[in-house]
Amino acid sequence: MSRRTGRRTAQAITHRPGDGRSMVSTFTGYAVLVFFSLVFLYPFVIQIANSLKTEADAAANPLSPIPSPLSLAGYERVFFGTDLPLWLGNSILVTVIVTVGRVFLDSLAGYALARLRFRGRRTMFAAIVAIIAVPGVVLFIPKFLVLNQLGLYNSYSALILPVIADAAGVFIMKQFFESIPVSVEEAARIDGAGVFRTFWSVVLPMARPALITLTIISFQGTWNEFPHSLVSVQSPSLFTLPRGLADLVSGSLGVGTQYPLKLGAAVLATIPVAVIFVIFQRYFIRGANEGADKG
Amino acid sequence: MVDAASAIDRRRLGRGSATRQNLAGWLFLAPVVVILGVFMLLPILMAMWVSLTSWNGQGSPFTGRAPFVGLGNYVRLFTQDDLARQDFMTSIRNNVYYVAIVVPVQTALALGLALVVNGRMLKGKTFFRSAFFFPSVTSSVAVSVVFLFIFANSGAVGSLLSMFGISGPEWFSDSRGVLHLLLGGLGLVDGAAPPAALTGGGPFGLTWWDWLSGPSVAMCTIIILVVWTTSGTFMLMFLAALQDIPVTLEEASLIDGAGAWQRFRHVTLPMLRPTLFLVLTLGLIGTWQVFDQVYVMSQGNPAKTTLTPAYLSYRTAFRDFDYGSGTAISFVLFLIIVVMTLVQRWVMRDRVADAGAGPRKQGSS
Repeated sequence: MSRRTGRRTAQAITHRPGDGRSMVSTFTGYAVLVFFSLVFLYPFVIQIANSLKTEADAAANPLSPIPSPLSLAGYERVFFGTDLPLWLGNSILVTVIVTVGRVFLDSLAGYALARLRFRGRRTMFAAIVAIIAVPGVVLFIPKFLVLNQLGLYNSYSALILPVIADAAGVFIMKQFFESIPVSVEEAARIDGAGVFRTFWSVVLPMARPALITLTIISFQGTWNEFPHSLVSVQSPSLFTLPRGLADLVSGSLGVGTQYPLKLGAAVLATIPVAVIFVIFQRYFIRGANEGADKG
Repeated sequence: MVDAASAIDRRRLGRGSATRQNLAGWLFLAPVVVILGVFMLLPILMAMWVSLTSWNGQGSPFTGRAPFVGLGNYVRLFTQDDLARQDFMTSIRNNVYYVAIVVPVQTALALGLALVVNGRMLKGKTFFRSAFFFPSVTSSVAVSVVFLFIFANSGAVGSLLSMFGISGPEWFSDSRGVLHLLLGGLGLVDGAAPPAALTGGGPFGLTWWDWLSGPSVAMCTIIILVVWTTSGTFMLMFLAALQDIPVTLEEASLIDGAGAWQRFRHVTLPMLRPTLFLVLTLGLIGTWQVFDQVYVMSQGNPAKTTLTPAYLSYRTAFRDFDYGSGTAISFVLFLIIVVMTLVQRWVMRDRVADAGAGPRKQGSS
């Protein structure tokens, strides 16, 4: 590789000195990018490959991207030897309800804060911004306390209710609603449409990009959520996938490392987000930068 | 900012709809207010109370049966010479080293990658951008499992190192501090028999030698994992900022004959200052909260060298049933995060102002 660069560079320099330097930098650029692509993606290759290996093969050749022999034993045990199908079901249920709830409730609140004139609006907005700034990690025990006190601890409600609205989502929606022109809403209102009708059938359809972004970050956040399930439920039958996976790893499997099984379960936890990432990349990227704005 | 709501309002006031808007506004906001009030605000208030008691999880902490201990839980963390303080101070030490490494490394890596990806000559930007960002969107628990495997004793990193003839450490059971190893390696101190001046005593129940351990080898795996997962997000922020830099500015500096380094130092970097500030702040806030990875990969082991305040607060409450102390630890952590953010804001204040633009928060959208 390096010999080839050397020759190319030399050629370029004899022809046009300026170009040579830019070719070297282009090549270096690609080399850096390819190296880091491997660093960032190869762990996923290892994850998938080893989930398809036998335990002995995974222990002997952890780096190899090709299982030999190919073995589905890990996945078989994931599906028939653990509660994973149940956790998968719980994760899907919780993620769908929370995502739908968040998108709807955050939009309502965002719209009110952006457009409706009511007493206490500024105070409420300030409160929402303040809540965004509260580090989640200090809420573990407090959340448990309130769920326990309300008698909701260890139930589906405990998994869903506390996270069905989020301050950051309200902030994103408010910013978006402020960016669209008022004139359309005014026309609708002059036609006699009520506030909710205007919101529902005029404003929301215009907010599609923001709604998609919010849907995606809610989905991803809820699907991956771990500490909340740790402090809100304790029965294995109520575990979500990340909680169940953490439980598998911390030793509920008994003897042996059982890496193909664990990696297989991790693959299953990764797939939904990976698929959505590939399809909706630009919304993910927008979401990341919205996160930057609110930060 | 003349806001849109007041524009509508002025036009509609004449029609007597102020009351209706008032009502509609509150109705729209009500669900979110109730949820956030009951599950964010109320819990914090409840926790403040619990941190003043020695509630052990039996019954309700609010009926007066939980013994009230005032600021005892907080005072104990700092002054009482017992295991609780030792664990707390150990967790602080671990997290300080963790922050001191993760924040600069992830920021530098994110900036470096953004600069390379932003290079005008390169093709396939979208692919590389996605490749670097992908780890950030995946489940922290799932990637922790993957890294458990990668760093396992017969794992991928081990075989990679052995290809170069290096025999790697047993990552997860190695509690030796990196700074100790370094000092030992340089021959400055004898790791097996550290100088008595350092082991004799030290602040807050840990010896100076303990404070100077550096992150343990086991903690390094968590550091590597976190840098790997978060750099992509920060790269995107830098990338967005780089794309906002006017092309004319770069061209002007090219015509002036500025070299690549000079261009970066005097044109690009000043323009990136608000983003740099943001990335450092988010990094500081995030790294003090490390929890998921510790829970899955190490549970604070080996020899408590991966214990962090977040994990310790969880463990104290839910495993030792000492909810008062656990909550007190989480409030101290809260305070640390607030103070760090304020200090950083204060340190960076002139530099951000120099850049001629506020942080992205105000500058964009």
